[in-house]
Amino acid sequence: MKYSYYPGCTLRTKAKKLDDYARASAKALGFELEELEDWQCCGGVYPLSSDEIGSKLSSVRALNEAKVKGQELVTLCSACHHVIKRVNDDMKNVEDIRTRANNYLKLDEPYLGETEVLHFLEVLRDKVGFDEIKKKVVNPLTGRKIGAYYGCLLLRPSDIIAFDNPENPTIIEDFIRALGAEPVVYPYRNECCGGYISLKDNDLSKKMCNTVMDSAKGFEAEMLVTACPLCQYNLTKNTAGGVPVIYFTEILAEALGVKEEVDA
Amino acid sequence: MHGIGVFVCHCGSNIAATVDVKKVVEMARLEPGVVHAEEYQYMCSEAGQERIATAIREKNLKGIVVCSCSPRMHEATFRKCAEKAGLNPYMVEIANLREQCSWIHKDIEEGTEKAVILARAAIAKVSLNTSLLPGESRVTKRALVIGGGIAGIQTALDIADAGYEVDIVEKTPSIGGKMAQLDKTFPTLDCSACILTPKMVDAAAHERINLYTYSEIEKVSGFVGDFTVDIRKKARYVNMDKCTGCGVCMEKCPSKKALSEFNSGLNNRPAIYTPFAQAIPNVPVIDPTQCTKLKTGKCGICERFCQAGAIDYTQKDEIVTRKYGAIVVATGFEIIKLDNLEEYAYSQSKDVITSLELERIMNAAGPTKGHLERLSDGKAPKNIVFVQCVGSRCDESKGKPYCSKICCMYTAKHAMLIRDKYPDVNVTVFYIDVRTPGKNFDEFYRRAVEEYGVNYVKGQVGKVAPQPDGSLLVHGVDLLDGKQLKISADMVVLAAAVEPSPSVRKIATMLTASIDTNNFLTEAHPKLRPVESPTAGVFLSGICQGPKDIPETVSQAGAAAVKVVGLLAKDKLLTNPCTAKPDELMCNGCGSCANVCPYGAISYEVKEINDHGIRENRRVAVVNSALCQGCGACTVTCPSGTMDLQGFSNRQILAEVDAICR
Repeated sequence: MKYSYYPGCTLRTKAKKLDDYARASAKALGFELEELEDWQCCGGVYPLSSDEIGSKLSSVRALNEAKVKGQELVTLCSACHHVIKRVNDDMKNVEDIRTRANNYLKLDEPYLGETEVLHFLEVLRDKVGFDEIKKKVVNPLTGRKIGAYYGCLLLRPSDIIAFDNPENPTIIEDFIRALGAEPVVYPYRNECCGGYISLKDNDLSKKMCNTVMDSAKGFEAEMLVTACPLCQYNLTKNTAGGVPVIYFTEILAEALGVKEEVDA
Repeated sequence: MHGIGVFVCHCGSNIAATVDVKKVVEMARLEPGVVHAEEYQYMCSEAGQERIATAIREKNLKGIVVCSCSPRMHEATFRKCAEKAGLNPYMVEIANLREQCSWIHKDIEEGTEKAVILARAAIAKVSLNTSLLPGESRVTKRALVIGGGIAGIQTALDIADAGYEVDIVEKTPSIGGKMAQLDKTFPTLDCSACILTPKMVDAAAHERINLYTYSEIEKVSGFVGDFTVDIRKKARYVNMDKCTGCGVCMEKCPSKKALSEFNSGLNNRPAIYTPFAQAIPNVPVIDPTQCTKLKTGKCGICERFCQAGAIDYTQKDEIVTRKYGAIVVATGFEIIKLDNLEEYAYSQSKDVITSLELERIMNAAGPTKGHLERLSDGKAPKNIVFVQCVGSRCDESKGKPYCSKICCMYTAKHAMLIRDKYPDVNVTVFYIDVRTPGKNFDEFYRRAVEEYGVNYVKGQVGKVAPQPDGSLLVHGVDLLDGKQLKISADMVVLAAAVEPSPSVRKIATMLTASIDTNNFLTEAHPKLRPVESPTAGVFLSGICQGPKDIPETVSQAGAAAVKVVGLLAKDKLLTNPCTAKPDELMCNGCGSCANVCPYGAISYEVKEINDHGIRENRRVAVVNSALCQGCGACTVTCPSGTMDLQGFSNRQILAEVDAICR
């Protein structure tokens, strides 16, 4: 199976490992991520101003390229996924944005929200299947107690992102279980890390991150996994004495036995 | 037709504020056949009706048009008025100038133009009206009550006391319903079972009440006064005549893993069970999904221990067919599932419970024998947080838009009972508003606050976070203080919204009774006919119509019973003459009309037809006018135009359309 793939800027720089492990794991699981030729930054934040289309156009271009190729579009970074999925919903359901974006882009054929946007985790759950992954695990992570950190962008707004139950998600826990580790369920795994507020009011972000980290530690998590580079940064830099926070693709690569070749 | 009178109502300012009624009268006078037109402030009043009657007599009117409110409101009123004045009641047409015109328009010019057109259409129709005579149908003097909770029991008792036979059909093994699960009732705090069980016994012992427990409605046909209902008596696997109710079978049954429905799933029950000790009838049922004998053929312990020889593994479901004159829906409620409200951690912690579960915990016959304890570790809680409006007054993607009405009061009750029995327990209640409109209700709530020291916080809870030490951290907001709160609790009680019993959709479909977007049954009129369904002969009792507490349910149950008695007291009913009528000469017996008839009112007969001198036997459609409800489906389906609806003939409808388009 071949998917269009939108890595996003952070995955080229700070979160390169998130990307590398994902590509290697995809290969091991037998599906292909075909990187879009002309992708541009998603903007990082979904623009809430309703009369603004400029900052949505890069998402539309990516979505349209996948549509032209007849492929589903896979994302990996939580922020990119959030922006692209919501812009896709706008293109499908908000007539004003759809019309203006198409008028501006002058595509060969107007883009009407046809592309299916999938997060890498959704590919694992819905396309590959966790049972199938379990079979392909060569280094089961037996005995490891791993907490999922969802953050907010992957879950909300739940009617549009439609990823999992926003108040009690289970997808990453099921993923952890498939790799042979023990998922640690703690109540703040779906709370915000503060995101960009970290730059403006670092103390606030620290408070939020510590709530998450303390709760995870309280439930005896030995490490946290996340899909979001910014969450990873905040939870690592804004907490004191926390457990390691790594990308979920790293434990996937490890379990599938492809981590070493990536690290090499 | 010559001799049409037009009467335009102001409805106070309801119509007159948006429609120039004088202009409507003026324009109506210009219509062909109109010999009289006038306006009046309230046509439905006695004086208004007198004006109509006088005009009919003096001007010898042949048909009248009343331009007023919806025909659902006053068509019957004006028909009666016309009949008294000597006019056939079906020579009356209503132009709906209120609901379909003045109420929805703001501009008087637009409103008036539309009113004139609506009046014109009604005049065009009435000029083609013919006098119709209603038929008669018989009344079966027996009522069916669907649901055996307090609503159904009270309705049945009131009907039976008035001298009519009643059957109660209850889907669970016992009557009693949700009220049987409650510990105490507000605002008097009397024990629920103590006031309910005598009523259950009265119902079971009443010579005119017959109980079908563990039974469900399978099929309903017929119409007001003459319903035919198939009831499925599910196999109990216990012979009701032989069983003495000794209970040995339940003690000996080795399969005890099923969750007790009566105890809200908090403990287990055997495969052979009565839901609770005071069950009526006191005859157990075998749950076929749990019974080892029925699943694998091995076991048979209950049969061996039953002294009365009442166990019968070969029993099958049985369908009984009965006739009824009236049907009362009393299907009650369930509390909503909390899957979309996971922020309260109901599925994540055993110590987050619903209020109904707390009722069982507080009840001496419940899973903890009435001791207030945490379900996770059996410890006594020291801090309890109640959350009101869980899924009520809520975004529709997560819960229900309506107020569940009973939660403010039962939460105050729970808080007060806990503070009374365990004075060292801190109780906090989060609320949006405290709504206590009822006799002695606000006094009751104030007692909880002032005498029992319950800590009421105006605000909602955003998250309940289970902590590693087993406690629950409740994140909320105090809106009066403008502060975010974090309260550590040992137990959180959720006042989950009520919703109509899920079975009601199926039942409503069988009865052709309408339901609203929330699955509550719709009343014939929200103010003036609150216990009747728009479907004739179907009545509503209890929460199936809307959220209500026990006193209100009992009042409504009595009201529904009176309506039923009023119907059953009649020997004959007049039937609606606006039924389908085939023109035998044009019918080719194709069968299309019978296929679309939802009431099974059309059949076919071979008749000798004289077609322009040619006599031959033809298969033609015949309408049973007692069954026909006048929906008109057949008239639009008929390819040859054979079917016509009396009072709404194709010519009449097209005349209306022509008048509108003129």
